[in-house]
Order: sequence, then structure tokens, then C-alpha cells
Amino acid sequence: MLTKRVIPCLDVKAGRVVKGVRFLDHRDAGDPVEMAALYNRQGADELVFYDITASADRRGIMLDVVSRVAEQVFIPLTVGGGLRTVADMQQMLQAGADKVSINTAAVEDPDLISRGADHFGNQCIVLGLDAMRISSDGPPRWEVRVRTGRDSGDRTSLDAVEWAARAAELGAGEVVVNSMDSDGTLDGYDLELLRAISESVTIPVVASGGAGNPQHMFEAVTEGQADAALAASIFHYSTYTVGEAKDFLADHGLPVRPSPRS
Amino acid sequence: MAASKIAIVDYQAGNVRSVQKAIEAGGGRAEITGDPDSIDRADALVFPGQGACDSSMRQLISRNLVEPIKRFIASGRPFLGVCLGLQLLLEDSEEGSEPGLGVLSGRVRRLPAGMRVPHMGWNEVRLQIEHPVLAGIPDGSYFYFVHSYYADPEDKSVVLGTTSYGLDFCSAAAWDNVLAVQFHPEKSGDLGLRIYRQFVELVDRS
Repeated sequence: MLTKRVIPCLDVKAGRVVKGVRFLDHRDAGDPVEMAALYNRQGADELVFYDITASADRRGIMLDVVSRVAEQVFIPLTVGGGLRTVADMQQMLQAGADKVSINTAAVEDPDLISRGADHFGNQCIVLGLDAMRISSDGPPRWEVRVRTGRDSGDRTSLDAVEWAARAAELGAGEVVVNSMDSDGTLDGYDLELLRAISESVTIPVVASGGAGNPQHMFEAVTEGQADAALAASIFHYSTYTVGEAKDFLADHGLPVRPSPRS
Repeated sequence: MAASKIAIVDYQAGNVRSVQKAIEAGGGRAEITGDPDSIDRADALVFPGQGACDSSMRQLISRNLVEPIKRFIASGRPFLGVCLGLQLLLEDSEEGSEPGLGVLSGRVRRLPAGMRVPHMGWNEVRLQIEHPVLAGIPDGSYFYFVHSYYADPEDKSVVLGTTSYGLDFCSAAAWDNVLAVQFHPEKSGDLGLRIYRQFVELVDRS
């Protein structure tokens, strides 16, 4: 049976892993290559790297990080952050990424999803979707945010659920659904958002934003109907190991890939 | 004795660098090449691939690689196909109109409706027969998959492993000098590296 994936996410700034709360206040969390190797040993099913470096030389630093990780970690790597063209994607894939994640560039140029899928296959193109809840009466709605690397980002007029469905039609092979309301809070994923998107697309859905414990991951893949759960803080600060999170899911009846040493 | 030379077919379809790194981690030496002569001279051939059958076949045709790959397989030297490198061995695909290499009778079919596609993530491979390259790998081990179509060979005796995703499909096939897998051993952690290591060992013995 296809297993539910547990995916540590590493935000990389100028070659170092950092972790902030609600996209702000970044604290140093470690060396990306060492952390990737550690998570691999703990049984991570994939790794996601987001480049949040603002400076002009960002691309070179990130290519080096990806290349060094790919030398020693033989699990799938997704890389995102600042990729704007097919050539940008190609550089990352050649450095050793298996998938590229696009957010702002996809909103501004939806056809980039199709061009990327045509060049590299749908399986390579991940839509990174940053969504913020719109407070109003009536059924919940979420708005897509862009340029979220530095702060809470810029508003768009896009509805998150509709955008996910459109991106899948354009050729995205996976969507990482990140709740900006929950990110870094450790209070749990936005399950309503996850379920709304999971029910509107047939591509795999990765839950992101808010994981504080393995119970939250369990909820993301059951109530939220996600295929994978992504987390950062709880792994970076060793609150839980990846293996502990997966053991929890397995103990609660979910299919997971056994950790290498369990 | 010089180490055996393994060639990895480069036709702009997928992450050939990670295949090369996995072979190196397995103690082998591999050259990424799109040159028909280098393929003719290699001791073993790895045929990776990702993406769509049609565009990949057109790449192979435009690079004059179809005949060298078929010639290599017919020569009896060790051959490893990965992902699209399994699917392209068949005669044709529901994915498009280009015929495949046709070294294995059968079709490439779309995964059943109602399943999330691509089939992406770690799934079990149930081994049907033994193979030296898979020696010591426990039945039911998990490997990393990412694909929307699957190989459906006519001759079921080539089916080495099966995986369940909406139906049981052929996730590994083997006959004579050919081994081809739907999953990505280069992305499947230690067990995947073991497959490359044992492939390198098989090449060194042959």
C-alpha cells in the first residue's frame, strides 16, 4: 500500500537552515547537509528545501547546497524559492533536485507550470500554495499569498481552492498547501483548508504549516485527507524525531514506510 | 583489471546525475552519455527516464539512440531500466502515439481512475521471482515511485515484482540480461543503493 509521507522542511537562508514563526523572526537551526543526512537516517520520506535568501547571489549558494545534499542523501528532494523560469528549474534539477516548487512565479505566470511540466514532466512541478484565511461570515475561504519569503506576503485575488485545481489542470504534479495562519504556531494544520483542496484535486496534497506534534500529522492525513505531512520546527528543535512521528502514525493504523532502523 | 564501465543514457529525460551518484555510492563508475559509440563500448547500460513516453521517444529518435539501445540489449550485456526506462521497452503506450522500443511485448497503461495521479511516494514491492541484483532485499520492501502509467507486459513470466495502487501492476521486470524497475532505486534510500551496488557487482562478474 502507498504510505503516508513525513517530510521535514528546511528553510535555507544564505546556506543555513533557519526557522521562523509565521514567516518572520528567523532563527538559525543548522547546516543543511548535516540536517538532511540526519533526517534521512531517521526515516524521512522526502526533503523540501525553500531558499529564502534575499541577496542577488542566492542561486549559486542554493545550487551548492542542493548539490552537496544530493551527494549523500538518496531520497527525493524538492527545492523552491525564487525560481521564475524553466532555466531556473533546470539548474536546480541538474544540481540534484527531483522536484521544483513554484509559488509567486506561478501566480504571476500560470503558464510557467505548463512549460515546466512539458520540459520535465508533471511529477517535477510542485505548486507551493501559501494561503491565508479570509475572516468573514459564511463558509471559510482562503486567499493565495505571494512573495511570502520575507514577511506575510502580498495579497492576491485568487481563491486558494480554485487556484490549486487550476494549477493541477495546468500540469502541477503535487501541491504543498501551506497555511500562513498556522505556520510556526505548533497548533496544528488548517484541516478545513486541507480537506477543501484535497477534495478538489486528484494530484497528491502535502500538508504544511502548524505541525506541533505527530497527532497533528495524523489529523492532516485523515481529516485533512492529505497524502503527506510536512513539518519543520518539531524536527529542527528535536521535539520529535522523524522516526517517532512515523511510529505514531503506524501505531494509529496508518501505512508508513518503516524507519531504516526500526 | 580496470573497473567496468557503465554508461547512463542521457536524453534530457530525468535526473541522470542522481543515478550516477547512486552507482558511485555502490562502488561503480558511470559515464553519462548520449553518444551511440560510447553506448556500444560500455560494459553495462543504465536507461533512466522521467516524464512522458512520447517526448522521450522523440528525444531518443532525434539523438539516434534507438538502435544503439536495442543493439545493447540484444548483445547480452547487463541492462538496467529505471521508471520510463521500463515503460519505453514495451511496444506502445496509452500515453501517446509514438511506438516504444518494442523489446518487450505489451503496452503501457494509465493508472486506474479514482486514484491520485501521479502515484507518488513509497510503496511495497512484492517479489515474484529471485534475481541476483535484488538478492537480500526482503519481500514487501518499500521503494519510491513517481509515475502516472505502468508497464503491462504480455508475458507474465518476466514479472519480477508487483505493486498495488488501484490494481496490481508490474513494478519490476527481468529476463535474460535485462532488469527494469518502475520505482527509483536512486531515490529509495539504503535499499535502493543496494540495488545499484548489486548491479555493479553483477557487471564486474560478467
